Parts: sequence; structure tokens; C-alpha cells
Amino acid sequence: MSALPEVCAAVLLLALVVYAISGGADFGGGVWDLLAGGPRKREQRELIAHAIGPIWEANHVWLIFAIVILFTAFPPAFSAVCIALHVPLTLALIGIVLRGSAYVFRAYGDPAHAARWGVVFAVSSLVTPLVLGAAIGALAAGLELEDGFPAAGLWGTWLAPFPLLVGLLSVSGFAFLAAVYLWREGVGALAEDFRRRAGIAQGAAVALALGGLLLAPAELRAGLWGAGWVLAATALACGVTVFALVRGHPSLARLGAAAQVAGVVAGWGVAQAPELVPGSLTIREAVAPPETLALTAVVLGVGALILIPSFYALLRLFKSDAPERPPADTNPEAA
Amino acid sequence: MDAYTGCVDEALIARLQMGGSLAFHIVFAAIGVGMPLLMVLAEGCWLRTKDPVYRDLARAWAKGTAVLFAVGAVSGTVLSFELGLLFPEFMRVAGPLIGPGFTLEGVAFFTEAIFLGMYLYGWDRLEPRLHLAAGVVVALSGMASAALVTLVNAWMQHPVGFEAYTPEDGFSGIDPLAALASPYALHELPHSILGYYLATGFAVAAVHAWALRKTPESQFHRRALVLALAVAAPSALLTPPLGHFAGQRVAALQPAKLAAFEGHYETARGVGLKLGGIPDHDAAETRWALELPYALSFLATDDVDGEVKGLLDFPRDEWPPESVHYAFQLMVGLGSLLALLGGWGLVWIWRSRASRAPPGPWLRRALIAAGPGAFVALEAGWIAAEVGRQPWTIYGLVRTADAVTPVRGLWIACLAFGLLYVGLAVAVAAALRWIVAQRAEAP
Repeated sequence: MSALPEVCAAVLLLALVVYAISGGADFGGGVWDLLAGGPRKREQRELIAHAIGPIWEANHVWLIFAIVILFTAFPPAFSAVCIALHVPLTLALIGIVLRGSAYVFRAYGDPAHAARWGVVFAVSSLVTPLVLGAAIGALAAGLELEDGFPAAGLWGTWLAPFPLLVGLLSVSGFAFLAAVYLWREGVGALAEDFRRRAGIAQGAAVALALGGLLLAPAELRAGLWGAGWVLAATALACGVTVFALVRGHPSLARLGAAAQVAGVVAGWGVAQAPELVPGSLTIREAVAPPETLALTAVVLGVGALILIPSFYALLRLFKSDAPERPPADTNPEAA
Repeated sequence: MDAYTGCVDEALIARLQMGGSLAFHIVFAAIGVGMPLLMVLAEGCWLRTKDPVYRDLARAWAKGTAVLFAVGAVSGTVLSFELGLLFPEFMRVAGPLIGPGFTLEGVAFFTEAIFLGMYLYGWDRLEPRLHLAAGVVVALSGMASAALVTLVNAWMQHPVGFEAYTPEDGFSGIDPLAALASPYALHELPHSILGYYLATGFAVAAVHAWALRKTPESQFHRRALVLALAVAAPSALLTPPLGHFAGQRVAALQPAKLAAFEGHYETARGVGLKLGGIPDHDAAETRWALELPYALSFLATDDVDGEVKGLLDFPRDEWPPESVHYAFQLMVGLGSLLALLGGWGLVWIWRSRASRAPPGPWLRRALIAAGPGAFVALEAGWIAAEVGRQPWTIYGLVRTADAVTPVRGLWIACLAFGLLYVGLAVAVAAALRWIVAQRAEAP
């Protein structure tokens, strides 16, 4: 048998990693919008909106991509996850809808209502990664199914210490990532605001990650030790980021922060392999027939040829020369 | 089985939530296909004529598109999850066959999102030709994305690309590439894509016709109206012949659906076409319909004496609900009126090409009404196609009721999404009103 199932699982994990370091930072931006404060409160919010504007929709598609790969290459896993994690996934969807639409209503609608949409945007940016993270935590902890139905029930599955801790870890990790990105994109005192916030969020994220190692079910913890090289790389990235934060190297910090968050997501994936839905389905048990995988691989290959240069061009266009425009110019087509 | 399970039809609630989510999303999906074409046309006119009114128009349309595309993107995300959240068994069985189609759609949609970001935020960062090129990519990938979703839907309407299906083992001997080429797509694909251009074109025309009430001499709104009609009118004129072709294909591929569309019960030759009327499945007759003799036989078979199958030829538990008759009639009726209006609009464009005169009051009123009318036609057509597929989720193979999730208490999420989407619809309308109001007093 070919290695296509594992390749598809790796692509799925890769999509989630990229979603975390791109779309995750957009959620984190919303968290800092919620927590904006101090003398530069308004400027902080404007920098966040300016940073997210051109890219959040493309970033968000990574999640859709992951879901599509999951239900194409591993249909029984998608089916099982959708039943067992019905509640947190539904809540996350409501959060995703509110976050995206509130963002555009604030940016393009009547300025008289902008503040109210800003609150919706910020709160949903906090809640969505919390429940998505909890869903991931519940999955990683193992989903025991009885007749296709979760043994712990629709609520008990994810409203438990470990999943909720993973939810909090997602929020703090994404907030940390966003703060580092915003530090690099801001100027002067505004940049320093986010540098400080990055340090605080990093502290929270590291504490939660260590707490997660303690609370993790034995099998997952064994898997994590087995994926020691990912853990080591993540710890290295963490150290580099702290160094860059302290010494003031925003570009290095951006690289380190992205590597650190990527390491956490990848570590989870590598740790639970070859389980896809731990406790229920392995990659090979859930995999679609080879005809489907072959066609999917071709589609993904062609897709990568189109999408990677395009995504790169998008980031080059809006992220390479920042801060180029004064952050006050948040409305892109202010006439 | 507890008391709750006994009194609530979870399958019906799941269908309501899925259908409601799709009914909401299809509006934004249609606009996501149609608006980029309009923006590109306006920007192309600007590059060709150097008339800044066209650039202002492209920018104004881009603002509206930004709002509508975002709501379309997030409501589309909801759908990709809801496939599994509501019908996990459908996805488990059908995933290997339709997944690659969705993966292709993912690539197309991703392309659209990336280039739309460049287009919306790149006015001052890209040189004009490159900016227009980004818009062209958005228009093409938007259409491709809608086309691919329709291909998946066509597979649900007429599944192909496998050797055998059993409820125990699912599909075997599968060919996912062949699954993308369901014969149902031959009519469904062009008919839906054209419907998206038609609906978007008329909706945009309605906005500018409305603005022309107060500023009839505005060249901004006149040109906007001309461009919108340039998209809407040809689509509207092409739709009736395409619809006729679609009717013939449905007669061949899903005869029970066509019979339900028509409220036609007894198989016969030389059948008349029913206008209006109230179908009654229990009595197996359609009352109070106006009948055009021989017309249905002619439309369905190209022969006035052709045989058209009636619902009584099919098992009673395979009949689509009566409501598809109304949806179908609404679609056909509105589609015919819109075709006439498209012709009228083209006549106005031709006759006012030198005078630059605004449309007369009656054309203006008709165009304002056509905006919502075109979207009602689109929704009606979609309801006819999808409710007409019932009781099947995969036509002839898997019943919707058998594909539904074992999760109970679905009404909570259903209600939550219902309220969320009603609220969003109001908020979208308010945001668009604000964007239009900023331009309403344009010269």
C-alpha cells in the first residue's frame, strides 16, 4: 500500500498549521481589540484593523481547506468528529460568522454603529478560538464512541479540564502571535504597546502549554514525548522569540512566534499519529478509497501551484513594506 | 426512544437548518459570482475611456462586494461544516465521491479570496492593468467555484461514478472523476450560473434605478444601470430557452420531480401545461389550474402527443412535496417577466445612447421591482431543484431521513442560526444602504 493516506494526513495537518499561524493571528488581533487600552487605545484598534483587512479572508480559507481535506480523504473521521463535537463546532461556526461579518460591517458600514460592531468582532474573536481549541483538545484527549455517539456525552466531551485548557492555550497563543506581528507592523510607542503585550501573552501561553503537558491523558503525553524533536524545536523557537522580544528584533520575533505556534499544532498531530480520531479511528481505518486519494493528490498538487505563489504575492503586497501607510488610514478606499 | 424523540422530527429540523443556511448563502454566492464581473466591466471601461466616473463606480461596487463576499465566505464555512454536523452519514458515504469536487472548489474559492484581497485593498498598490487582472481572476475563480459546487449538487441529483451501492457497504468500484460529470450538470450548471448573473445584474440595476428617482440626470447612476443591464438582460433573455432545455432533462432524468413541478398525476399523452392550481397528493389531482392544451407534452418531449409520466407511476413515499409546484411556477413566471424586462432594458439602452436620458418612470419602477424579484426567482428555482429531490439526499439511493445525525435537540442550533441569519440580513441591508447613500447624490 502506498503512503498516500499518510501524505493526505500530513497535508491536513499542514493546512491546520498554516491556519493557526495566519488565521489564528487574526483571532488574536480581535482579542487585542477587546483588550485595547492605555493612551493609544484608538490607534491600537486601527493598527489591528489595518493589519487584518486585506488578508483575513484568505487566511480563513485554510480552515475550509482543512475541513474539505478531512471529509474527502477521511470521510468516517469527519462524520465521527461532527457527531461527537457537534456542540463546540456549532458554537465555533456562530463565532466565525459573527467575527467575519462584524469586521466588514465595522469597516464599511455606517461609522455611527462601528463601535458596536467592534465589540461583536472582538468578543467573537475571543470565543471562537476558545471553543475551536476545546474541540481540538477533546479530540486529542480521545473520543470514545459508543454506537457512533460520544461516551462522555455532547457536553462532557469538551467541557472538561484538558480540552478547556487547550482552548485557553489557543487564545493565548493566537494573542501572542498577533501581538508579535503587530509589534513588527506598528511604529514607535504603538509598536512598544504590542511588544509588551507579546511578552505577557507569551508568559501565559508557555504556562498553559506546560499545564497542558501535565493534564494531558497518558497516551497523548506518551505521544508527545515520542515527538520529542518537535517539542525541542518548539522550545527553541520559544527561546528565540523571547530573545528577539527582549533585544528588539521584530522580524526575528515574527519568525520565532510563527514557528512556535506551528510547533504546538504540529506536535499535537505528530503525537497522536497514527490515530486520526484517537480512541476510534486511525489514519488507515478512516481513509477513503485509493481512487479518491489519487484524484485529491492531483487536485492539491495543481492547487498548490496556483495558491502558493498567489498567497505569497498577497503577503508581499500587504505585509512586506509595512508600516508604509499611517495606521490612521484604516478604511482602504476612504474616498 | 424517549418522549422527545417521538414527538420531534429531527430530520425535518436538520433539513430546515441546512435549507435555511443554503437559502441564505445562495444570495451571497450569486453576488460573489456576479459582482466581480460588474467591477471588472466598470474598471475596464475606466481604463479604456479614462472617464473617472467608471473608476468611482468600480470602487463603489467594490465596497459593496467586500461586505457581501465576507458574509458569503463565513456562511459558506457554516455549510461545509453543516454537511457533517447535520448529515454525517451522507458525508461518510458520499465523501469519497464528491470530496474531490469540493477540494477543487476549495482551490477556486481560495484563489478568489486571495485575489479579492488584492483587488479590494490594492487600488493604490497595484498598477491599473495588474489591478484589473486581479479582478478578472476574481471573476473567473468565483464562477469556477460556483460551478464546482453545482457539479457536486448535480451528483446528488443523479449520482454517477460507481459500480454498485448497498446501504451496508456504501459505494464500491468508485471513479471520483466520473462523479464530477453527472449528466444532470448539463442543464443545471449553465442554468444556475446564468441565474447568478441575472439575479446580481437586476439587483444592482434596482439599486441604481432607485437612486435615479432623486437624481435622474446622474451619469454615475445611468452608467451603472447600463452596465448592470448589460449583464442582466442577456442572461434574462437566455434563461427561458435554457430553462426549457432543463425541463426536458429533468423529464428524462427525474420524471417524478417534473411531475411534481407540474402537479401532474396520471401518465398520459397530449398533456396540457398547468398554470397555477393547487396540487393535492392525497386526492392525486391539481385543482383550479388554468391549462394550456398539449403544452406540457410539447415542452417535455418536443411532441404535442408525447407521453409525460405522472406521479401515480411512482411509489407514494417517493413523491416530492406539493410545495415544489408553487416554487416551480414562481420561478417560471418571474423568469418570463424578467426576460421581457431584459428586452425592454436593452431597447432603452439603444434609444438613449445619444441622449443619455434616464429610464422612463415605468421602466424605472419595473427595474426596482426586478431586484428583489430576480432573487425570489433564484430562491424559487433552488427550492424547486432541492426540495424536488426529496425524499432523497442522493437521488434514488440514500434517503434524507437516513442520513441525519443521531445528535438530538437540533432545534436549538436551528433556531440560533435562524435568528443569526435574520439579524445578519438586516445588518447587511443597513451596511449596503449606507454605502449607497454615500454615493446617492453623486453627479
